[in-house]
Amino acid sequence: MIKDLSQRLLGPVTLVLLALTIWLGLWVTPPDAVQGNLVRLVYVHPSVAWVALYVSFGTATIASALYLWRRTRSMVMDRVAHCAMEVAVVFIALTLITGSIWGRPTWGVWWAWDARLTTTAILGVLALGYLALRRANDDPLLRARRGAVYAVLAAINVPIIHFSVDWWKTLHQGATVFTVNGKILIHGIQLWTLLMSFVAFTLLFIWLLRARYRLEVRRDAVSSTQLAQALVTRQREGAQ
Amino acid sequence: MIRTAWLVAAKDLRIEMRSRVLLWQVVPFGVIALLLCGLALGPAHAGNSSAGPGLYYLVILLVTLLMINRSQGVERRPGTRSSIATLGLDPAGLFLGKSLALAIELWVTGLVLLAGAVLVLHTALHGAIVALPSILVTLAALSAAGTLYGALTAGGEASATLLPVLALPAFAPLLIAGERSFHNALHGGALLGWWVIVVVALVAYVAMGILLYGVLEET
Repeated sequence: MIKDLSQRLLGPVTLVLLALTIWLGLWVTPPDAVQGNLVRLVYVHPSVAWVALYVSFGTATIASALYLWRRTRSMVMDRVAHCAMEVAVVFIALTLITGSIWGRPTWGVWWAWDARLTTTAILGVLALGYLALRRANDDPLLRARRGAVYAVLAAINVPIIHFSVDWWKTLHQGATVFTVNGKILIHGIQLWTLLMSFVAFTLLFIWLLRARYRLEVRRDAVSSTQLAQALVTRQREGAQ
Repeated sequence: MIRTAWLVAAKDLRIEMRSRVLLWQVVPFGVIALLLCGLALGPAHAGNSSAGPGLYYLVILLVTLLMINRSQGVERRPGTRSSIATLGLDPAGLFLGKSLALAIELWVTGLVLLAGAVLVLHTALHGAIVALPSILVTLAALSAAGTLYGALTAGGEASATLLPVLALPAFAPLLIAGERSFHNALHGGALLGWWVIVVVALVAYVAMGILLYGVLEET
């Protein structure tokens, strides 16, 4: 019953938190002394990037690693990895788009050859590659195995993206909340709005993942039914 | 594992020696690509451009893709992969052997193309010699990564087109690190940081290959 209630509430709670983030970000928080109203993108871009790089890609990687480990190998893990990677593609695209919108007035260009931008774009292509690899293999077991190995290999890029701002000191600013020395560089209502957006977008990810997972289970069920029907038809043809 | 690696590497190299695909197809392709890079820069810039190291590695990446396809292609005939699987060879040894063979082929091609870069793009000979160790390690890392990505795409109908989509983004950090260390060897600058990236990548891909190649070869 509790599980059922949480499933029913997830969508509305996510929408309420997203609406609250928009209200706080656009109307309650003040403009920045230097950046003006551009600072309002801070309530979207970092949380979208958080979901893209760590939550979605992390889920896909962990599910893939669990699939590769014989004790936990199951098609559930494969489905979770696949669905999480699809959501990751959407969030990586949103990360790049929101970053680009912020970059145009701030840096004067839509795209800069910055270490974090470049490595994030590479991660996006890697995620698309994962989906392409899955589409290229018809055998479900082969598809799952290859997809899992590829996801684990692609995850090497995530720590590179995270530390790129410290290693290369390029245009993109360093960490504001998750700093190396643990010192938070944002305060007051701005900090709370930012944290709320992190929670809202994380819940959005869970909501999307659940919906996509349910769809995948139904698709697998349809494929199995179609296969069973095809076998029965062939058996009847053989009997005649 | 080591014995299997030697066996597989010797087998792949023997096939290469007999078929001479590297000599008559891959190396000429690399030389043509290098010449095209010079043409793209134009006669005024081809000889004195600082883009030499980048172009060299770009050509190397294209050649690597060809060679990965070739390395997997020798086992593409029906039944070959399953025959190898029934031999009970250690998958880690298989991975190391195929990587070693690919690395040796890449080293040969890399040296020829380096000579080509000195001739065509007027890359300084002294700088090229200084950059040689980093080039060899980068090519070894490319071969380890390439063997893994080749196994990921092996056997499928779309493997030739799928391989670049999967492998090139993963090769990008190696391209950057290799190009920077080559550039710094030519024009002066810190080499250590880029060396660390290439060596860490080599170790990571070899470790991943030893751990995961068996999963890819499962039937």
